[in-house]
Amino acid sequence: MPPKPQSPTTSVRVVTLTIDDIDVGAREDETLLQVAAENGVRIPSLCHLDGLGEWGGCRLCLVEVEGSSKLLSACSTHVAEGMCVRTDSEKLRRYRKTIVELLFAERNHVCSVCVSNGHCELQDLATECGVDHVRVPYRNDVFHVDSSHDLFRVDHNRCVLCTRCVRVCDEIEGAHTWDVMGRGAGCRVITDLNQPWGESDTCTSCGKCVQVCPTGALVRKGTAVGEMEKTPDFLPYLTQMRGEV
Amino acid sequence: MQLDDLKARADELRSEAARSHRIRVCLAASCQSSGAGEVCEGFERAVESAGRGDDVEVRRVGCLGLCSAGPLVAVDGRNAAFSELYRHVGPDDVEGLLDSVEGEPVEQLRCPTDVPFFQRQHKVVLENSGLVDPDRIEDYIAQDGYQALVRAVTEMTPEDVLREVQTSGLRGRGGAGYPAGLKWSTVAKAVESPKYVICNGDEGDPGAFMDRAVLESDPHRVLEGMALAAYAVGASRGFVYVRAEYPLAVERLERAIRQATKEGFLGHGVCASPFDFTIELRMGAGAFVCGEETALMASIEGLRGQPRPRPPYPAESGLWGGPTLINNVETLANVPPVVRNGGEWFASIGTPDSTGTKVFALAGRVENTGLVEVPMGITLREIVEEVGGGVPDGRAFKAVQTGGPSGGCIPVELTETSVEYDTLRAVGSIMGSGGMIVMDETSCMVDVARYFMEFCMTESCGKCIPCRAGTVQLHDLLVKIADRRATSADLALLEELCEVVQMTSLCGLGQTAPNPVQSTLRYFRHEYEERLVETPPGEFLVPLDVVDT
Repeated sequence: MPPKPQSPTTSVRVVTLTIDDIDVGAREDETLLQVAAENGVRIPSLCHLDGLGEWGGCRLCLVEVEGSSKLLSACSTHVAEGMCVRTDSEKLRRYRKTIVELLFAERNHVCSVCVSNGHCELQDLATECGVDHVRVPYRNDVFHVDSSHDLFRVDHNRCVLCTRCVRVCDEIEGAHTWDVMGRGAGCRVITDLNQPWGESDTCTSCGKCVQVCPTGALVRKGTAVGEMEKTPDFLPYLTQMRGEV
Repeated sequence: MQLDDLKARADELRSEAARSHRIRVCLAASCQSSGAGEVCEGFERAVESAGRGDDVEVRRVGCLGLCSAGPLVAVDGRNAAFSELYRHVGPDDVEGLLDSVEGEPVEQLRCPTDVPFFQRQHKVVLENSGLVDPDRIEDYIAQDGYQALVRAVTEMTPEDVLREVQTSGLRGRGGAGYPAGLKWSTVAKAVESPKYVICNGDEGDPGAFMDRAVLESDPHRVLEGMALAAYAVGASRGFVYVRAEYPLAVERLERAIRQATKEGFLGHGVCASPFDFTIELRMGAGAFVCGEETALMASIEGLRGQPRPRPPYPAESGLWGGPTLINNVETLANVPPVVRNGGEWFASIGTPDSTGTKVFALAGRVENTGLVEVPMGITLREIVEEVGGGVPDGRAFKAVQTGGPSGGCIPVELTETSVEYDTLRAVGSIMGSGGMIVMDETSCMVDVARYFMEFCMTESCGKCIPCRAGTVQLHDLLVKIADRRATSADLALLEELCEVVQMTSLCGLGQTAPNPVQSTLRYFRHEYEERLVETPPGEFLVPLDVVDT
């Protein structure tokens, strides 16, 4: 008699579902975004980053799930047996494009003078979603730039409030230097209790926040236009290695 | 404690109270702000100086309903011989009213109670409001309070309580109308423990004050409802989340929790049964979004009050990851009568799909503003014209807004619509938590939409992009239209943005923020269109002078 199958943790069922008419298999504890990526289906997203906790704030990864009247964010929705998912439709494309336009109009995202030009996730999303112009008026609100840190700079004008910096600092580095203050359009990421970054007691200057920031909001000092390249790929390895200890 | 003991105590308290005349002074927030505190002290001094402390009781009660006519005072004769309501009572009227307990009523202050405002109401949630002193648990016991709880823990199983709530057809009074029985049974089925019960008292819609009135006038009712809910779903810890802008409600709740714990209705071994249940108070810090259940739970946990995507719903993973039952104040206030009188009794009020009554805060261009409780199925016109007394100053009734910033405007032609969850949704509004704003012919609908959008914009938590950035753009477009600077292209953009914000926002705040715009566009589109211009002022190109060289 063959030995009973052993599962390393508690039992997790496997399910099958369809994503854009492709039949795929998945573990029950996976999210739609993960399973789609595994099967080569690209769903646009901004606040999600492999290795960090889910946030569900950018709303770009919304997908249509048969039987649900509402659109669901792929990053926070777990797969289920028999699920029928559509990641791309005329409506979804229109919504995604409008959301990216809203972001561009919200703060200052002028690529030509940005250190992240050419290496910016927001820029890539705009290209992907077909944003050739912004239909809503620019807000032109002025936010300040904090250069008080020795190595890094935060430019709130480029911030999209994805909170990747907040999450990486809390979940991975364990310092929880970053957080969000304010409400609505007045939200800002802050260091400690809204002190200048350079005066932060908790910041370890590890630079993880800079690496995960999708735009030119958190950058290394001394970079000129287009020079700020980021490598957030270390995260999944880091979380995986830590998980195995 | 057994049910018979409690019943005997209620009878005793009642007969004791009937032996004296009673002057009930409304000390809810609205009457207090028009000077009821001074009136009440006047009565207490007058009774004392006249040496009538034994036969006249001055009782500090909660809301008497007709807030616009405050301070309100009710005078009851001994053995319920008569009961008169007086309006606009000042400190100078104290002596006259004190004499009226045995003599003639004071005609010039009398507030007739045989008018539709009082006659068309059906009180379930507010049955004790204005009768009991919210600071005295004895008054609540005298109104058969806590009998449902004692009966439940001594004679009923949790499944029995659950069944009564399911039979009653009670639906959530916070706005969306999710069936309470279904929510309860989901939490009851959950296997994880500990479980929690939360009372959502973060009432935030502009102009709505139903929950405040219930908490201020009859706090024990809410505590009993929570205890019954906890018994039914198997929770042992409860939280009341009240906004800090309701200091009176907070004070009265704190006292009520202390009294109920002392009497053994809360705490370890409720009424000498094996059921434990404690209630703690948590105060909100002024964020509207904290009325959204996931944001509210984050706030209780001490985190930033921001919503998270659902599923998982709180019934599965709520407070600190435990299965959590979260209901609105009014929903829980309906539970004690449901258990006391049976679910069938409750289901016989209202309509088959929307059972029971609903409390509305009537405001705006209407004669009688205040708190009304009407059976479901009543038409909007009946509420406005009969209960509310119609639009004052001979103006024409134009529309009624329900559901606050998440609701819509219903035009006068559709006011024969009955007040039910599904019919209101069909006409583009929602039941909402109970705000009802009446508008007359002078109200500008673009302005109404702009006002509610401004509210949503400033209350957006900023987590998701469509709500944070979208409401700002929507508000600017509405201002532009109201100022006659917008073109038809702006109107088209407004409609498109409404759809995006509604469909893609993370929580209910953003998803419903476009409702006031969409409903006014549906019924009053001409008011938008007549403000449009061909060419926006100052936005055309000035031809340059040609310079000869």
